[in-house]
Amino acid sequence: MLTEKRYLVLEDGTVYEGYRFGSDRTGEGELVFNTSMTGYQEVITDPSYTDQIITFSYPLVGNAGINTEDNETLLPTVRGIVLREAENEPSNFRSTETLDSFLNRHGIPGISGVDTRSITRRIRDKGVMKASLADAENHDEIIELLQNSPFRTDQVKRVSTKSPYISTGPGHRVVLIDYGKKENIVRSLNNKGCDVTVVPFDTSAADILRMQPAGVMLSNGPGDPEDVEGAVETIRALIGRVPVFGVCMGHQLIGLAYGASSYKMKFGHRGSNVPVKNLATGRIEITSQNHGYSIDPVSLEGTGFEVTHTALNDGTVEGMRHKEHPVFSVQYHPEASAGPHDSEYLFSQFIQMMDLVKEDKNA
Amino acid sequence: MPKRKDIETILVIGSGPIIIGQAAEFDYAGTQACLALREEGYRVILVNSNPATIMTDKEIADVVYIEPLTPDFIGRIIRKEQPDALLPTLGGQVGLNMAVELDRLGVLEENNVELLGTKLESITQAEDRDLFRQLMNQMGVPVPESEIINTVEQAYDFRRKVGYPFIVRPAFTMGGTGGGICYNDGDLDEIVANGLKYSPMSQCLVEKSIAGFKEIEYEVMRDKNDNAIVVCNMENIDPVGIHTGDSTVVAPTQTLADKENQMLRDVSLSVIRELGIEGGCNVQLALDPESFDYYIIEVNPRVSRSSALASKATGYPIAKLAAKIAVGLTLDEMANPVTGTSYAAFEPALDYVVSKIPRFPFDKFAKGERKLGTQMKATGEVMAIGRTYEESLLKAIRSLEYGVHHLGLPNGDAFELDYIIEMIKKQSDERLFYIGEALRKDVPMSDIHEWTKIDMFFLRKFQHIITIESELKANIGSVDHLKWAKTYGFSDRIIAHRWNMDKSEVRALRGEKGITPVYKMVDTCAAEFESTTPYFYGTYESENESAASDRKKIIVLGSGPIRIGQGVEFDYATVHAVWAIQEAGYEAIIVNNNPETVSTDFSISDKLYFEPLTHEDVMNIIEHEQPDGVVVQFGGQTAINLADQLQADGVRIIGTTLDDLDRAEDRKRFEQLLRDIDVPQPLGKTATNEAEALANAEYIGYPVLVRPSYVLGGRAMEIVYNEAELKNYMRDAVKASPEHPVLIDRYLTGKEIEVDAISDGENVIIPGIMEHIERAGVHSGDSIAVYPPVTLEDTEIDMLTDYTQRLALGLNTVGLINIQFVISNGEVYVLEVNPRASRTVPFMSKITEIPMANLAMKAILGIKLADMAYRPGLALFKAGYHVKAPVFSFSKLKNVDITLGPEMKSTGEVMGKDMSLNKALFKGLVASGLEVKDHGTALITVADKDKEEAVALASRLSQCGYRLMATKGTGEVLRENNIPIITVDKVGEGPNSLIKEIQSGNVQIVINTMTKGKQVERDGFRIRRETVENGVPCLTSLDTARTLVEVIESMTFNMEKM
Repeated sequence: MLTEKRYLVLEDGTVYEGYRFGSDRTGEGELVFNTSMTGYQEVITDPSYTDQIITFSYPLVGNAGINTEDNETLLPTVRGIVLREAENEPSNFRSTETLDSFLNRHGIPGISGVDTRSITRRIRDKGVMKASLADAENHDEIIELLQNSPFRTDQVKRVSTKSPYISTGPGHRVVLIDYGKKENIVRSLNNKGCDVTVVPFDTSAADILRMQPAGVMLSNGPGDPEDVEGAVETIRALIGRVPVFGVCMGHQLIGLAYGASSYKMKFGHRGSNVPVKNLATGRIEITSQNHGYSIDPVSLEGTGFEVTHTALNDGTVEGMRHKEHPVFSVQYHPEASAGPHDSEYLFSQFIQMMDLVKEDKNA
Repeated sequence: MPKRKDIETILVIGSGPIIIGQAAEFDYAGTQACLALREEGYRVILVNSNPATIMTDKEIADVVYIEPLTPDFIGRIIRKEQPDALLPTLGGQVGLNMAVELDRLGVLEENNVELLGTKLESITQAEDRDLFRQLMNQMGVPVPESEIINTVEQAYDFRRKVGYPFIVRPAFTMGGTGGGICYNDGDLDEIVANGLKYSPMSQCLVEKSIAGFKEIEYEVMRDKNDNAIVVCNMENIDPVGIHTGDSTVVAPTQTLADKENQMLRDVSLSVIRELGIEGGCNVQLALDPESFDYYIIEVNPRVSRSSALASKATGYPIAKLAAKIAVGLTLDEMANPVTGTSYAAFEPALDYVVSKIPRFPFDKFAKGERKLGTQMKATGEVMAIGRTYEESLLKAIRSLEYGVHHLGLPNGDAFELDYIIEMIKKQSDERLFYIGEALRKDVPMSDIHEWTKIDMFFLRKFQHIITIESELKANIGSVDHLKWAKTYGFSDRIIAHRWNMDKSEVRALRGEKGITPVYKMVDTCAAEFESTTPYFYGTYESENESAASDRKKIIVLGSGPIRIGQGVEFDYATVHAVWAIQEAGYEAIIVNNNPETVSTDFSISDKLYFEPLTHEDVMNIIEHEQPDGVVVQFGGQTAINLADQLQADGVRIIGTTLDDLDRAEDRKRFEQLLRDIDVPQPLGKTATNEAEALANAEYIGYPVLVRPSYVLGGRAMEIVYNEAELKNYMRDAVKASPEHPVLIDRYLTGKEIEVDAISDGENVIIPGIMEHIERAGVHSGDSIAVYPPVTLEDTEIDMLTDYTQRLALGLNTVGLINIQFVISNGEVYVLEVNPRASRTVPFMSKITEIPMANLAMKAILGIKLADMAYRPGLALFKAGYHVKAPVFSFSKLKNVDITLGPEMKSTGEVMGKDMSLNKALFKGLVASGLEVKDHGTALITVADKDKEEAVALASRLSQCGYRLMATKGTGEVLRENNIPIITVDKVGEGPNSLIKEIQSGNVQIVINTMTKGKQVERDGFRIRRETVENGVPCLTSLDTARTLVEVIESMTFNMEKM
C-alpha cells in the first residue's frame, strides 16, 4: 500500500491528492493530457513536452518498463507525470529499468493514485493550465504562485542540440533543424537511406546551405512557435532554394515564415488516435499528435499554401503544401513513436521531392 | 462516398441457435445491423431459425422469417422476396457459410442478388487454410510452418527445419485422436508413429508449436475507400494453445510496448487491406514473449464474438458501422455514435481496463472433459470494467455465477498443494482459481509461469490480490486498507470474510467513511471529447459522472452470462421490459455484465450500468439512482437470486412479491396453495433418510421422481424405477438430512404441457398452450414443444386454462408466470410453477403476437390488462403449427452424456413453423441440425422397459424402407415380431461391433435409451458419444424417435406388396 503523499495543485485552485513516485524534484509545468494507451516511454522522452506535466489518461502505465531503444531523447525534459497507477514490476523482454527508476534518474517527479479521468475532463473543459507537483501542503501559496508566475519561453533553446552532428546514410543529405526533435525522425530518415546532419535551432541559413543539403527538415519542438528566435528568418532564407519538410513545430514555423499565424488551442491534440483526412486521396490516416498550437487556416490565404490535410474531428489544419516551392509540412508526427505508422509515406514523399529537385538541377 | 441508391431490399442472415462458439453476440450484431440498415432507409428482410432473439422481432426488420438456415429454405425466401442484396457477414459462421453455399448453388445469380460487404473471394481466401497461407507467404507475413508428412523420417526433416516443439495432427481423425506435441526425439518417434497409425490415410500434419506465445487480437474495420482502423486490441491471459473464446482476456493489451503494438497493428491492417475486407474483421496473432517474432494465427472476415466484446469494451458499435460500410458509407462520413461530435474513422482510446472471463458449462456437466485446448467449450462470457486491472478481474470473477467469488475457490484451503499444482498443469477451466490458491500457499510465481506460460505481469497482479488479502487480515477494521482493497476491486463479501465480519458490517463501515463507488462513462475517447453516452461502470475514485435524474425510474436486472438453462431468452425479456418501461413514461436503467447481448448495447436503455450482478454492486447503483422500483422477474435466476437481499435492504421489488415467489418454491407452502385453490399435483412426500425414502416410494408406487429440495434446473433429479435404484440414489447422489430433505414424487408418464401467462393480479392472459413431444421426465428446455397442442381434448384445454388462472391469481402474480402440467389418464396435474419470465416467452410472443414481456412489465407498473386491449383468458389459437426444438453442443463437450433427462443439456433452440404438424416438425428438426433422411439404416438398442415400444417404431421405420440394425437383446425382440434385422455385436463383444458400424458411416440414426447398471451404462455412454463424434443423430427418448419416424413417414411413400 502506498503511503507517501504527493499533491497535484492546479492553477484553478483544484488539488488532487495522490502518491509520490519518480523524482522528488517537484515543481511547476503546463498540465496537459495524452490519450495513448501504449508508448509512454516515447511520450515521456519527447522533447516537445518540455516544461509540461503529462497526465496519461490510460490508467496503468509502466507495464512494459523502460528499454534502451525507445527513447526519443536521452535527457527527457518533461516536468512531471500524472498517473492513475504506476506499474513498478514491468514485464517485457526489452525492459531494462522501471518507470520509477528512470524518472528518478532524470529528475522527473510523478504522482500516482489520482483520478486522471477527472483531470482530463477538467483540462478538456477549462483548457490547459499551469500546475505544480508538490509534497508540501502549502497549497494556497502554490496556487498563488502559479497564477502569478509567467511561463518560460526558452524551451527550444534548452532542448536543441548544442552542436551539429551526423547520422550517416548512403542517400540524400538532409539537414534536420533541431527544435527539440524526436530521435525517430532521424531514424526514419536513416531508414530511407538519408544522410542526416542534425543542427542547432539557431544555425544560420548560410551555414545550412553550405552543407549542400538535398533537403531540409524542420523538427517538432516544445512551446509556442512565436517564441523561437530567428527561426522564421532562417526558414525564409531556405525556402525556394532547397526542399523543406516540416513536422509539428516545423510545420508551424513554415506557416509563420510565409506570413501565416498560429494560435493556442484549448487543450490541443495529444494522443495516438487522431484521424486526419488526406484531402488529395480522401483517405483517413490515424496519426500520432502532440501539439497545443495550430496554424490559423484563414491566415494561409495569399501565402501560396494549400491545405493538404485536415483533422477529421475539428477541421484544424494538419498539413499543407506550397503551390510553387518544394515545401510541405504536417502538424502531426509521421515518425510516429509513439503511435501508428499510417503517415510514414510522408518521408517517401520528401525523398521524391528531393529526387525531383536533384533531377531538375542535373537537367 | 454516399450510400448505395441502387438497392432497396437487403436480406440479412442470422446465426441460428445458440451453440458453443456462437452465442448471443450475433443477436447483438444482427439487431444492430438491421436497425442500421433501416436507419439508412433500406427495407430489411431477416431470416433466422432462433426465435429467442431480439433480431427476429417484427420491430427490428421489415420482414422476418423464422425458418431453418439451410440453402434450401433461404433459397425459397430469396425466390419469394427477390431481395436486391444479401448481407452475410453479421450472422456468424453460419451466415457466412449460407452465403457461400447459396452462391455455389447459383441461387444468388439466378435471382440477381448481390453480396454486400466483403467479397466472397476474400471470405474464401481468409477461411481456406491453404489459400490464406499462400496469401500470407506472398505478403511475407509469417504463419506457423507446417507440412503434410507420411513417414517418421519426414517428421525428422521437418524437425530439422523448424525445431521443437511441434504439433502432430493425424489427418482425417475425429477430435484430434492420436495427435500431440513433440518436445524431443523420443516424443517424435512415439507420437508421429502413433499418428500415422491412427490416420486412415497414414498422413499427419506437422506444425510448429507456438504454444506459450502471447495471443493478441486486433479488431479492425475497413471501408471501400481503404480507410482502415483498429477498434481495439486485446491480450489473452492464457497464451496460445487455449481457444480465445475460452481464454481470460484483457483489453487493451497490457504487456506490449508501443513498438510491438504498432508492428502488429501494421500487420493486421495490411492483411485486411490485402484481403479487401469491407466491414468488421478479427485478426489473431501470436507474439513471442522474448522477441519481435510473431505469427498470424487466423483472420475472421466477419463480425465475431470478439467484435461484440470490443464493441462493449470501447463503446464503438462495430456491427452497426459494418452494416453501413456494406451499403457504401465510409468511416470518415459516419459520426461516432458515442460522442456524436467526432467521426467513426478514429481509434478508440480507453481509460480503463476491461476483463473478459468465459463462462463454462461444467457446473452442469461435472463429468465433462474440463481440460481446455483448441476446441471452445464456454457457453458464454462476462465482462467487467475497472480502473485497475485487479478491479476489472475481480469484478468479472464475481459476475460469473460459477460458484467462485474471488481469485480462488470457496473451499480452497481444503485442497492439498499437490492437487492444486496438478489442476494448474492440467489447464482446466478453473485454472485461474487454482493459481490463486497456489499463490496463497506461497508457490513461487516463476513456477506457475513455467507451468502455464502466463505472463509474469498477470501473475504479479494475481499475487497483488493475494497480498492485499493478507494485509487485510493483518489490519482488521483499517479504513485505509478498506479503501485500498476497494480500489483493487475487492467485494465487501471478501473483505468481510478476511475480517471475520458480516458483509453488511463492511458495507456499514464504508457508508460511514464515505467509501462508495463513483460511476464513470465509457465514451470511446478517454474523455477527450464531451459525450452523452449513458454507459457507465463503477469504480472507487473521486469524480462521479453519472448524474441521477429526478425522473420516475425503474431498474431492470439482466441475466448475466449465457449458460445452459439461462440463454438469450432472458435477454429478450429484459430488453422488452426496458422498452415497456420507456413506453410507460419511466426512465429505464439496465444492470448487466454480459458483453454479448443486446441489453448491454447502450442505445437500448436510458442508462446502462455494466456491473456485476451481485447484491453489493447492485445496491450501490440503487443507492445512487434511487429508483422507484427494481424488476427481477425478467433476468432469469440471476436476478431472482438477488431479490431477497435487495428487499431486506428496503429496495422495492416490483411485480409478483417475493413472498408469493416463495410460495411457488417452498414445497409445504405450495401444497397448501394447491389445496386452497383445488388444483391437483402428483402424489409426493419428503424423506430425510433412506428408510423413510423407501417407505414413501413404496406408498406412492414406482416409478418415482426423486430430487433434493431447493435445487434448480433439475440438478440431481432422477427417475427411479425400483427399490434398488432408490437405494443407490440415496447413497450416492444426495445427502439427505432434516434440513435438506429429498422429494419423492409419483412419476406420471403422461403428456407434458407448458403454459405461459400474464397476470395483473386481477385478470390473466394466456397467450397459448404448448404440448411437449417428450413425456414428463425430460427437462422442458430439452423437449420439443408444439403449439398449438395436438392431442388435447377440449375439456383438457379448459381444465388447463382454469388451473392456470387459479394458479396465477392464487399466487397473486403480477407479471409473468410459467406452469408445467402433466396430463395422465385424462387428469391434469401441476408439476411446477415459476412466477417469472420463462424460456418460452419469446417463442410464444412471436407466435401469438401477444408481446408478453411488454404486457407483463406494464402490469408490473400498475397498468391493468383490461386497459391494454388484450382479452383475458386463453387467446384463440393461431393457424398452423409451431415447433420449438432444442439444440445441443455435445460435439464440443467431450465425456458429456447426451441422454436426455430431468437435467437440462441444450444450449439453444430453433423454431419450425408450417401449416401441417409434420412439416413444422421437419423444419424444427432440420433447423436444429438433424438431417432427416428418407432412407438409410437405423441402429436400435434400448432398455428392456422400452423394448415393446421400440418394436412399433422399428416396424414403422422398416415400412419406410429403413434397414434396421440392433444388438442381440433388442434384435431378438424385433425378430420375434417379424421385423428384418441385422444383428451387431455389443461394445467390446465381437468383431462386428456396433461402434465400428457407427464409425464407418453405415448408420444414419441411432435410437438408444439408457439402461441402469455400471457396465451397461458405460456401454450406452460409449455408443452415444460415438454417435456424437461421428455426427450421427442419436435419439435417447422414444418420443423424439417416434416424432422423427412420423416425419420420415410423411416424406416417403408406402411400399406395400400386392
